Amino acid sequence: MRNLIIEPTSKTPKIILNADVNVFEISGRSIPEDSVGFYRKVIDWIDDYSKNPNPKTNFKFQLEYFNTSSSKCLLDVFRRLEKMYKSGNQVEITWCYDADDEDMKETGEDYKALLEVPFELVSI
Amino acid sequence: MTYSYFKNMQVNNVIFVYQGEVTADLVSSILQMMENKLDGDGEDKKVKKKVFNVMVECLQNVYHHLDALETSNVSGKINDKRALLMIGKEDTDYYVITGNYILNERVNAVKEKLERVNKCDKEELKKLYQEILSNEEMSDKGTAGLGMIDIARKSGQKLGFDFHYVNEMYSFFSLEAKVSRVQP
Repeated sequence: MRNLIIEPTSKTPKIILNADVNVFEISGRSIPEDSVGFYRKVIDWIDDYSKNPNPKTNFKFQLEYFNTSSSKCLLDVFRRLEKMYKSGNQVEITWCYDADDEDMKETGEDYKALLEVPFELVSI
Repeated sequence: MTYSYFKNMQVNNVIFVYQGEVTADLVSSILQMMENKLDGDGEDKKVKKKVFNVMVECLQNVYHHLDALETSNVSGKINDKRALLMIGKEDTDYYVITGNYILNERVNAVKEKLERVNKCDKEELKKLYQEILSNEEMSDKGTAGLGMIDIARKSGQKLGFDFHYVNEMYSFFSLEAKVSRVQP
């Protein structure tokens, strides 16, 4: 399948969804006005990938900032990964946060509490 | 005249003020400018992040939710989308103030939401955030209904707000969020 690579902007994160080398990453800042529009490509890609996923999928999130409309879109992404996990695939989410950033840690905990999928918080 | 504006802004610790139409590009520019300013002032990293987050939510809240004031002039009907955006830096806090027109019929709902948020302590805000995040659908404006809660969480202080009656259609809604310059 085709990989999805999106370069970062001042309002949108860097996206690397590369099934060939097994790298799945969303990093940077996610504060677009139209989050739904931005994440549609990501959601569509995951929907396609989940039909025939790799034996192991580790999805890494390393966000500096995100707005509340992105938070809903991120949950949509997580729900899809959760669904993949529940249908028997090996899936893991890694939520990286700056050691100083208590808010980003808390948001990670918020998501972890809502999901039934391996969700690891990593301080960097 | 100019001097009195200047002194007045200085007394109120205003570092930025804008009155006019709010567009996505404008919001981007303000954020970028304020980020440079925070960096230039050598502000503490934690404070900087919180201020930036609160600015994003406050400005985008206005961008998404302001009600255009319908007025007419010689050339016909016009939609007035002007708002006020203001950022200040006091000895103890940064503040972000926004002001925009709101339809009177929406005042109660917004007021109730703000009163509810202001009644919550830290843990209750966390619960409320999780509840809305997981249960509510995105609005047709592509917003999550989480803005005020997020602002309150990041601010760590009560939100200031006011609804000023303008006429039988509109009120002027102002919101003030503060971020302490001393973070634990």
